[in-house]
Amino acid sequence: MKQKTKNDILMGNSTSRKVFVTINTILLITITFITILPIIHIISLSFSSTQAAEGGLVGLLPVQFSLKAYESILGKTSFYKALMISVKRVLIGVPFSLLCTILVAYPLSKEKNKFSARKVYVWFFIITMLFNGGLIPTYIIVKSTGIMNKIWALILPSAVSVFNILILMNFFRELPKELEEAALIDGAGHTSILTKIYLPLAKPALATLVLFIFVFHWNSWFDGLMYINNIEKIPLQTYLQQILTMPDTRFMSADQLQELGNASRRTNNAAQIIISTIPIMIIYPFLQKYYTTGLVLGSVKS
Amino acid sequence: MIGQKINANRFSHRSNYSQSKFKKQLPLHMMMLIPVILVIIYCYGPMLGILISFQDYVPSTKGFFYSLINGKWIGLDMFKYIFKMPDFPSIVWNTFFIATMKIVAKIIFPLIFALLLNEVKRSWFKKSVQTITFLPYFLSWVILGGILLEIFSPRTGIVNQIIGCFGMEAKYFFGDPKTFPYMLVLTDLWKDIGFNTIILLAALTSIDPTLYEAAAIDGAGRLKQTLHITLPGISSIVVLIAILGLGNIMNAGFDQIFVLYGPSVYSTGDIIDTYTYRMGINNGQFSLATAVGLFKSVVSFVMLTISYWIANKYSDYRIF
Repeated sequence: MKQKTKNDILMGNSTSRKVFVTINTILLITITFITILPIIHIISLSFSSTQAAEGGLVGLLPVQFSLKAYESILGKTSFYKALMISVKRVLIGVPFSLLCTILVAYPLSKEKNKFSARKVYVWFFIITMLFNGGLIPTYIIVKSTGIMNKIWALILPSAVSVFNILILMNFFRELPKELEEAALIDGAGHTSILTKIYLPLAKPALATLVLFIFVFHWNSWFDGLMYINNIEKIPLQTYLQQILTMPDTRFMSADQLQELGNASRRTNNAAQIIISTIPIMIIYPFLQKYYTTGLVLGSVKS
Repeated sequence: MIGQKINANRFSHRSNYSQSKFKKQLPLHMMMLIPVILVIIYCYGPMLGILISFQDYVPSTKGFFYSLINGKWIGLDMFKYIFKMPDFPSIVWNTFFIATMKIVAKIIFPLIFALLLNEVKRSWFKKSVQTITFLPYFLSWVILGGILLEIFSPRTGIVNQIIGCFGMEAKYFFGDPKTFPYMLVLTDLWKDIGFNTIILLAALTSIDPTLYEAAAIDGAGRLKQTLHITLPGISSIVVLIAILGLGNIMNAGFDQIFVLYGPSVYSTGDIIDTYTYRMGINNGQFSLATAVGLFKSVVSFVMLTISYWIANKYSDYRIF
C-alpha cells in the first residue's frame, strides 16, 4: 500500500473527498467568473464596433474589433481635461496627505513620558472618527473657506486621514527604541530623527500609504461634484459620474434614449471606463500585496 | 496648541522642570500644527455648523459666521418637523434595512467563500481566485455603477438579453422599487467579497495546525474538523466583524446608491445620506438637511461608541 502523506491524513483521501474537491473547484471557478465577467464584458464592448454593440452581439469577446471608441474618446477635450485635473489632484494630493500623515504619526508614536500631551491629541483625532458634522455643514465650511472651484477643495478637507495615521503610528511604534535613544544622545533633534531614522526604516509602510492615498484621490468623485461647479475643472471620476450615471437620462423612456444617444454612446462609455481604470490596474498587484499583508497584520495581532 | 502654551506658563513658577519639558516637546507640537489646523477647520468646523439645524438658516454673502450669528433661532422646531415628515420613517427604515442586510451578507458569503477556498491546496489556484475576486474592491462606485447600469440596462444590457433567451421578460432591476434594495446588497457583495474573504482567510491560517492533526488521528473527517476546529477558531473574528458592523448601521452606502438610484426607486432606495444631499444641495433646505444629518450622526456616534466598547471588551480591539 502507498505510504500516506501528512496531507492525506489531514484532508482524507476517500472518494467523497475527491467528489467534494471537484465540486468545490467548479464552485470557486464559477464565483470567480461571476465576479469578473461584468468587467470583461465592458472591455469587449469598448473594443467592438458600434453596430455590434447596438445589435447586442457583444458577449465576452469583442465583435468586429474596432478602436473607434478609444480614438473618439482621446480626441474629446472634456475627457482629456478631466483626466488632467485628476492627474494634478494626485500629484499634489498624495505628497500633501502623506506629509500630514507623517507629521501626526511621528509625535503620536512617542510614549507618554516623551510627549505628555499625547493623550489630548489622540482624543482630538478619535473624536473625528466617531462624530462628524455631516454633509451640509461640511459643505458650508468648505464654501466659507473660499476654496470652492479650486483644486484645494479636493485636497485640504480630506488631507488628514486618521486611519492612515494609525497605520504609520503603529509601524513607528514597532521600531526599536534604541535607535532613537542613540540618536538623542548624539544630540539629534526630532526633525533629524524623523527624517534620518524613522522615514528610511518606514519605507514599506510609506509605500502602503502612498498606494492608499493614490487610490483614494483617483477614485474620489463626490467632492468634485460638491465643491467644483465649473464643468471645466471637475476630476475624471466626477466627469464619469455625470455622463455614466446621471439619473435623468437613465429614467427616460426607451424612445427618448434612442433619440438622445447617438449610436456610439455605449462603446464610448465603455472605453472611458476602461481608460480611467488603467492606473488602478497597473498598481493593482502591488495594492493587493500591501492590502493583504496590512490586513493580516491587523487582524492577527490581537 | 495654544492651550498647551498657557498651561505650561501657568505652572512654570511651580517648577522649571515642566517648562523645560515643554520646550523639549515643542518640536512635536509644532510638527502637528498644520494637520491640527486642518482638522479644526474641516472636522470641527462642521461640528459647529450643526448649529444651523436649530436655526432658520439663510446663507448670506457675508460668510458663514455672519449668517450664523444673525440667523433666527428656532430651537427644536426643525426636529419636531422632521419627525412628523411622512418620508422620514421610510428613509430611516431604508437606511437601517439596507445596511443590516449588507452587514449580514458580507459576513455569511465571504465566510462560506473563505471556507471553500481554505480547502484548496493548490496555491496558484487559491491565489488566482483571490486576486480576481479582489479586483472590484479597488474600483470606484462610479466605475462600477457605469458597468452595472450598462449590463443591467433594460433595453440593451447583456443580463436582460440572456434572460430574454430563456423566454423571460426584460426587467429593470435598478428601476424597480421591489428589486432595488436586493440589487444594492448583491452588487455591494460583488465589490467587497474579495476584501472580506482575505480577512477571514488570514484568521483561518492562524489556527494552530496541530489541532487538525490531533483531530485527524482521532478519526475526524474534514467536515468534522471544519465544524469543531475551523469554525470555533474563527468565531472570534466573525463576532468582531459583526460588532464593528453595528457601528455602521446608519451607513447604507451613499456612493453606491447615489450612482445607481433614481426617482422611481426613492420609496425603497432613499437613505438618510441621499435624502440629505437632495434636500440640502439640490433643494437648498440647509437647516432641514442638517437636522436630518444630525439625527444620523448622533445615532451613528452612539452605535460606534457601543460597538468599539464591546469590541474592546470582547477582543482587545483598540483604535489607538
